Amino acid sequence: MGRRRRAAEEVALMAKTTIPEEEFAYPGSTGCPGCGANLVMRYLLKGLGERTVLSIPACCWAVMPGYWPSNCLKVPILYTAFEATGAGISGLRAAFDIKGVEDVTVVGFAGDGGTVDIGLQALSGAAERQTDAIYVMYDNEAYMNTGIQRSGATPWGAWTTTTPVGSTREYKHEPKKDIMAIMQAHGIPYAATLSVAHPEDFVKKAQKAKSIKGLRFMHAMSPCPPGWRLNPQLTIEVARLAVDTHLFPLYEIEGGKLRITRKGKGTPVKEYLKIQGRFSHLTDDEVDAIQKAVDERWAALLESESKGT
Amino acid sequence: MTKSYEEIPLTPISDSPSTMNMTGLWRAFRPVVDISRCKKCTLCWKFCPDAAITLVDGVPVIDLKYCKGCGICAHECSAECIEMVKEGTG
Amino acid sequence: MRMVMTGNYASAYGAKVSRAEVIAAYPITPQTSIVEKLADFVSSGEMKAKYIPVESEHSAMAACIAAATAGARTYTATSSHGLTLMHEVLMWASAARLPVVMTNVSRAMAPPWSVWVDHMDSVAQRDTGWLQFFCEGNQEVLDTIIMAYKVCENRGIMLPAMIIEDAFILSHTSEPVDVPDQELVDSFLPPFDPELKIEPGRARGFGSLVRPDQYMEFRYKAMLAMRDAHDRFLRVEKEFKQVFGREYGGLLDMYRCDDAEVVLVAAGSVAATAKDVVDALREKGQAVGLARLRSFRPFPHEEVRALASKVAGMGVLDRSYTFGAAGAFFTEIKGSVYSCQKRPVMKNYIAGLGGRHITPKILEKIFEDIQLTTKRGGGDEVEWVDVAGLPRRWR
Repeated sequence: MGRRRRAAEEVALMAKTTIPEEEFAYPGSTGCPGCGANLVMRYLLKGLGERTVLSIPACCWAVMPGYWPSNCLKVPILYTAFEATGAGISGLRAAFDIKGVEDVTVVGFAGDGGTVDIGLQALSGAAERQTDAIYVMYDNEAYMNTGIQRSGATPWGAWTTTTPVGSTREYKHEPKKDIMAIMQAHGIPYAATLSVAHPEDFVKKAQKAKSIKGLRFMHAMSPCPPGWRLNPQLTIEVARLAVDTHLFPLYEIEGGKLRITRKGKGTPVKEYLKIQGRFSHLTDDEVDAIQKAVDERWAALLESESKGT
Repeated sequence: MTKSYEEIPLTPISDSPSTMNMTGLWRAFRPVVDISRCKKCTLCWKFCPDAAITLVDGVPVIDLKYCKGCGICAHECSAECIEMVKEGTG
Repeated sequence: MRMVMTGNYASAYGAKVSRAEVIAAYPITPQTSIVEKLADFVSSGEMKAKYIPVESEHSAMAACIAAATAGARTYTATSSHGLTLMHEVLMWASAARLPVVMTNVSRAMAPPWSVWVDHMDSVAQRDTGWLQFFCEGNQEVLDTIIMAYKVCENRGIMLPAMIIEDAFILSHTSEPVDVPDQELVDSFLPPFDPELKIEPGRARGFGSLVRPDQYMEFRYKAMLAMRDAHDRFLRVEKEFKQVFGREYGGLLDMYRCDDAEVVLVAAGSVAATAKDVVDALREKGQAVGLARLRSFRPFPHEEVRALASKVAGMGVLDRSYTFGAAGAFFTEIKGSVYSCQKRPVMKNYIAGLGGRHITPKILEKIFEDIQLTTKRGGGDEVEWVDVAGLPRRWR
């Protein structure tokens, strides 16, 4: 099996854990081997702590805790209908407030389909109402729980079961919906992107989000071995490449100001695409088109940061 | 054995740890750690999706009842001291 | 305190004195004055509640579900397309065993667009596991909201309830209504105290995935709760009478049915008109009665069968049509009556869709028709009333 070399200096720095040791997840979740979403939840709860109440719609995470009475988490979960996460967190917060329940972090935890497609209305409503809750979208870039169908968050060029390549090359031709821009337009106090390859950055952002009031939005990239046609051992590597290629930059928007939290090496996007089977049909020209789009977006992000917007 | 309708709550309440699910049975490959070369970098513990690795004096102990054999620990290990061995061999 | 108010205001006052804690509000004609009045109550401090101005009816119900799971007493209101938009989560609320209380201002479905009364929207929710109460007057609307909380929050019931007002006829028409004193309501309706609620620090999942060998028992329990709601409702109404001095005739409100040869079963405001028609016909010597279907869920099997066993003819007026055999009420009443040893002649009258007026004159003709059909021993089982182009004239 593959191995990965690391510089000796980096190893020497890591003498003890760099993220909180306490676990809020038990083993025995029924997620796939190498599931990125398992890590998103694990890091999120390390940052948010025990007084978290989750609202989870239909998605992989509605199933991963296991059949009743199994719960793989040490925090309470309200399971809801698919499109209802934004409403779920609104109802939970209103109830806790009126009942005087203090020190509770209300969190909506939904997939990309349940956020940018069917869940967008309720999320928008919750944001507009300045609901005091954190909304985390774990993005595996398709409707994975139902078998890898395309969503509004599926990136340009990807194979899915409803954008199969075929002889007509009908892979996804629409660009990925920019949910961070949509949430920024709602004027929320805090939004951030998260990567499972950078748990320290992840946990720090979760802790910061916890300290802010209002609707906070977190966009976590969640690599999916079966859906991305990815060797499960490469989950962290693909997430790392996503950040390094600037395809999934790590940044936060606090009070309207954008700040990049990890610059990334600027690796060619080809390195990210070639380890995933869902992109294996792309021609060199198509890969170049993706590189161009990534470069343009990265430049815009840098400009946004320098302008202080 | 299905529980009688009289014994169940009004709505399914999940309050038992998922450690009842023996996900270790899913494995095709299992991780084998060469402790002598372990640098106690904690990366394997950090990146395990299933929280199946605990650190004992900085060294990983992998709970094979739950480890699904994804291979992330072996791939990320900074000392390259974890090997994925096919189940049913060695 | 006695005031003159619309059905909608009666709903708002009902939620207010019931101390609803979380209100989700989305506007739709002709419910709007309910959510407006509640906004007034909350913003003036008269009502201690969280008001969530949601962005759709689906979210209104989803927010109530979440809030109820966290232990809050919840209320919302809607109508027609709002109710049908909620359909998915109506089923969720009852299967999650949450005592959400909602006013539905029953209104016709589109297309064509109509803001006027019929019961299609309400009866289309009869499979959702909600209790359904059809009101004939504004006082009843207010009182039934209070009673609904008491019935539904009982730990053996824990099902949601909808209180149905006829669009415009009740929602926008003013009548004298007594708003009970808060202390009196508090003595009757204690705070919501569920056995199970989601709370930080307690790691429980609510509403998880189950296997085929686990699911059916939950549905069976819900069925038992709906069945038990029948007796529970009668007990609550009896207690209500003792405390507030008012009652509404149980689940099937019988008017002059004891010695009736034929009866008409109807629900909502038309039943009030029909009671006047019964009086007029009785003056003329006709042995007629009116049975008002007050509770569609739980379905009053015993009451319906007892009545059916006594009368020679039973007409059922439906302000809905199921596209099955007949209107919703007729279909269920007939089904219930099947097991009676002695069965009346039965006929279904589909009337008043889209707000078409059901006048006293039309009701007189309906009673006449029931009697004629009964004498003949039967006939056409379903008749659409006052449809232009059909041979029969009703006006």
